[in-house]
Amino acid sequence: MATTGVPSWAVDLKSIGAIYPFQGTEVLMVIIGLAFWIAWHVIQMKQESAEIGSEMKADQRGEEARKLIDKY
Amino acid sequence: MGDNVSTLNVIFTEFYYWVTVVFMFLIHVGFCMYEVGASRRRNHMHTLMKNTMAIPLVTVTFFFFGWWIYFAFPTGFYWLTFTSDALFYDPNKVASPWSPLMGTHLSGANATDAAWGITADPADLNGAPIWHRLNGVFWAAFLLFSITTASIVSGAVIERIRMGAFWLIAVLLGSVLWITDAAWGWSAGGWMVKYLGYHDAYASGVVHAIAGGAALATLIVLGPRLGKFRADGTPRDIPPHNPWLVTIGLFLIYTGFWGFYAACNIPMISPGTIAGQITGETWTATNIYLAPTTLSAITFNFLMSLSGGMMAGYVFSKGDAFWTYSAGLCGIIGASAGNDLYHPIQAMLIGAIVPYICYKLHYFVERKFKIDDAVGAVAVHGYGGFLGVVIAGFMLWGTASSPYEGYAAINPLGNFVGACIMFLLGFIPVWILAKILHKANLLRVPAKVELEGLDFKGRESYDAAVKDIIAAERALVK
Repeated sequence: MATTGVPSWAVDLKSIGAIYPFQGTEVLMVIIGLAFWIAWHVIQMKQESAEIGSEMKADQRGEEARKLIDKY
Repeated sequence: MGDNVSTLNVIFTEFYYWVTVVFMFLIHVGFCMYEVGASRRRNHMHTLMKNTMAIPLVTVTFFFFGWWIYFAFPTGFYWLTFTSDALFYDPNKVASPWSPLMGTHLSGANATDAAWGITADPADLNGAPIWHRLNGVFWAAFLLFSITTASIVSGAVIERIRMGAFWLIAVLLGSVLWITDAAWGWSAGGWMVKYLGYHDAYASGVVHAIAGGAALATLIVLGPRLGKFRADGTPRDIPPHNPWLVTIGLFLIYTGFWGFYAACNIPMISPGTIAGQITGETWTATNIYLAPTTLSAITFNFLMSLSGGMMAGYVFSKGDAFWTYSAGLCGIIGASAGNDLYHPIQAMLIGAIVPYICYKLHYFVERKFKIDDAVGAVAVHGYGGFLGVVIAGFMLWGTASSPYEGYAAINPLGNFVGACIMFLLGFIPVWILAKILHKANLLRVPAKVELEGLDFKGRESYDAAVKDIIAAERALVK
């Protein structure tokens, strides 16, 4: 039994369609894929908020910022 | 060349591989930019030339003996074989450097060819007119893979290796070791394919794992850059002098990788030409094992595994550009072994998981074993390639590895053993060579040279020339 449904290439290619493994799980794969994508946004937003938080705490008197502005 | 369809196919295939070669050159532009960006200013020119000169050195040696190895070693070492199987091709006719087929050649056969036993008979594999025209572009496509293996090692060892030592390692890896593993596990008649069911369609193991193994062996003998580790053994970060150059270099490597993927396919072939078990008349693209796939399959999967890697890399490295780009590359490498067959979402998920493991392993090995891999090459290529092959064994379990009868099916054990062979085939011989070079005091530059920078004398001459020409021009101003 092959995960792809292709245990042998002794076939006429006209009769072969999908050849990816675990056929029948397409909807599940899409759900997992979408979860990965949405989770990425959630994690990224949290990380960015933490980064902005630490930027806000840095250089309270604005001296470094003025230097960077002058540096262009 | 026979009928018009055959003629068109031969010339299309010739052009197809030629285009892949041009694309793959971008990999080396990218590697050079990447390495120069990662090195410090006082080492630029040596870093650049170290990688650049691997191109001609691997090219000429691949012409002299690398290509011959590919056709001679599928059953072992030509004179010492692991199996009693016949070779698909006669390496002396197809790939010895003195064969007429390794020269400028048209489709037919004349007296010179006849003296070497070369015919123009389509029924004779060695003399099939397709070889007469394709040999140069097919050789070049493999050659660009060879140079890639050498370039992978090059980045890991920057700022302290002697160039002469690196170039010997580059030739050993590029023109002997990787092409040996390609003969074994990346050819239609390779013993690993036939007896292990080894499947590695886009070279996770045969290019990346072996190069990662070679890089690790070199690093162990070479040692870290001065100052890399504190007295208490904890590592210091040595940031790239130019992160822009590093990331654009990686972008170019992605671009060249398209050519690499396309070069792993045979673009158009009839079941009759394959001469395996496939029936019917439907022509197809195939992977290197002559098993059917499509350019669409690898385009889907290349982009999805790249994306999975970049997305994962961005979050696990907290937005670090170097690791985001490297994770993209590692994502492709991790999915490459099975990217001819995976579903795109599978490729994306594998492309996300593998770089995370490699990232963790990189820092673990750095801390634990004091390995200074300047660009993460062992992680991205070595561990990524190894894992890619192992995962493919599970994902594609039971699938036919070849269109030929009597071949083992793809399986987890076969791919695991294959991944170990790939890594160790890079590691062991390169470790021995590095040890010999180390004993001869030829592996590493002296500490004084490392600290003042490899470009020290060149920079002095440069500064003197600049000063001289400025003074001369100023004197001319009236």
